[in-house]
Amino acid sequence: MAGQPSGAGVTPVSGSQWRPALAPALMLRHDSVRGTDLLVLPERVVVLEGHAGQVVGLCDGTRTVRGIVDELAGRFPGAPVATEVPSFLDRLHQEGWLK
Amino acid sequence: MTTHQAPVNGARPWALLAELTHACPLHCPYCSNPLELARRSTELSTGQWTDVLRQAAALGVVHTHLSGGEPLLRPDLERIVAAAEAAGIYTQLVTSGTGLDEARLGALCAAGLRSVQLSVQHADAKANDRIAGRPSSFAAKERAAALVRRAGLPLGLNVVLHRDNLDAVDDLIELGEAWGVDRIELANTQFYGWGLLNRAALLPTRDQLARARETVERRRERLAGRIDLVWVVPDYFDGVAKPCMGGWGAVSLTVAPDGTVLPCPAAASLPDLDAPNVRDRPLDWIWEHSPAFNRFRGTGWMSGPCGGCPRREEDFGGCRCQAYALTGDAARTDPACALSPDHHLIRSLTDTGPVQEPPPYVYRRPGAVPEPGHGGSPEPAGR
Ligand code: SF4
Ligand code: SF4
Repeated sequence: MAGQPSGAGVTPVSGSQWRPALAPALMLRHDSVRGTDLLVLPERVVVLEGHAGQVVGLCDGTRTVRGIVDELAGRFPGAPVATEVPSFLDRLHQEGWLK
Repeated sequence: MTTHQAPVNGARPWALLAELTHACPLHCPYCSNPLELARRSTELSTGQWTDVLRQAAALGVVHTHLSGGEPLLRPDLERIVAAAEAAGIYTQLVTSGTGLDEARLGALCAAGLRSVQLSVQHADAKANDRIAGRPSSFAAKERAAALVRRAGLPLGLNVVLHRDNLDAVDDLIELGEAWGVDRIELANTQFYGWGLLNRAALLPTRDQLARARETVERRRERLAGRIDLVWVVPDYFDGVAKPCMGGWGAVSLTVAPDGTVLPCPAAASLPDLDAPNVRDRPLDWIWEHSPAFNRFRGTGWMSGPCGGCPRREEDFGGCRCQAYALTGDAARTDPACALSPDHHLIRSLTDTGPVQEPPPYVYRRPGAVPEPGHGGSPEPAGR
């Protein structure tokens, strides 16, 4: 049921005009029993720690990566979003979880 | 910012296997349903399943396999899917494909169905239908796969592997590609219940397994990034016990058609388990306090080689149902493990190889078990 993203080397897509959206097979939800956000896939469940769930929540196909970073920078002033978020989104893209 | 693996020994269950009915148009000789199939008249009602799903969600369940038997035989399947969706539980339909048409799939999607797992018995239609014990079941699967694809739902193929289809693994993978699936699960037969009853007919040779394994490795490289290829190990041949269900009462629970709650679908075969039922008790009590769920939880119950073994947190001592089926004691080390004092029970079968003239299948049907009182005991391997 549970899984872990592998870090296979693929060209980053976060620099482009890519507007990340959750792949249709996935369900993003809050788990109030465990107090965490989850990505639920056909065969496994991925625990999204910290603010990862909020980042994924912004991937609705309307925002570019830049737009997502700006939005988060507003929410979390001083956090290293510009350096961390694009690579995080790239990883989720490599997994096939973001389109 | 990281994602991490869900805890294997989580206090709360992640997944629910909902066996909605034991009725099935197919008759697979390795079926994971118990030998004693629940009658339709004993099945939980729509309202009871709705309540089970609500309770399961409150307990922490986020994913359910809606399975059977053939869940499409439940006319209220759409309402059960809707109940899961309303509770926030991700649904996957586990089906043989028979009975799935466009209207039915449309209704299920509208109710919130998220993904589909389709069983296939062989890549060749005739061989498929012989194993399934039903003519034209292959054609139904082909249609079902196309419908699911068109609906845009993720589709997984699941194949139980044995003597009569291991040589077709390459063709099965090709079939999955042609049908446009996202995932192929190749699961070697587990020999308890119906599988044990049919062991002499289903047990493969080491050569067959080695070839199939090579094929999978070769194919996996080529399919990387497109199709997820999963190989479920043949524990009889590897000498390694499998971490059954991720541990007893650790990550998931099974609700049988009549409301019996089990740590694993095969656990119905354990005679003194005293399995609880959702008709009598709330699900959280069953998970946390029932003797059945605590019986083999953790490592405290272990004896023999498991007790001091460094692998005990990884494989949890293997399969309790297999230990019981082969030794008569569910608390012993799984005989599949090379360290088990009972390992010869399995080695003697895998070393001598399968029988030349395999017996005919005992197809999975109500009342098919020759001597009901001896249903769980192993058949002689036919030497
Ligand atoms: S294994 Fe075969 S007989 Fe058993 S439930 Fe699945 S399709 Fe039906
Ligand atoms: S002895 Fe028990 S814990 Fe150790 S590997 Fe075998 S089954 Fe697993």
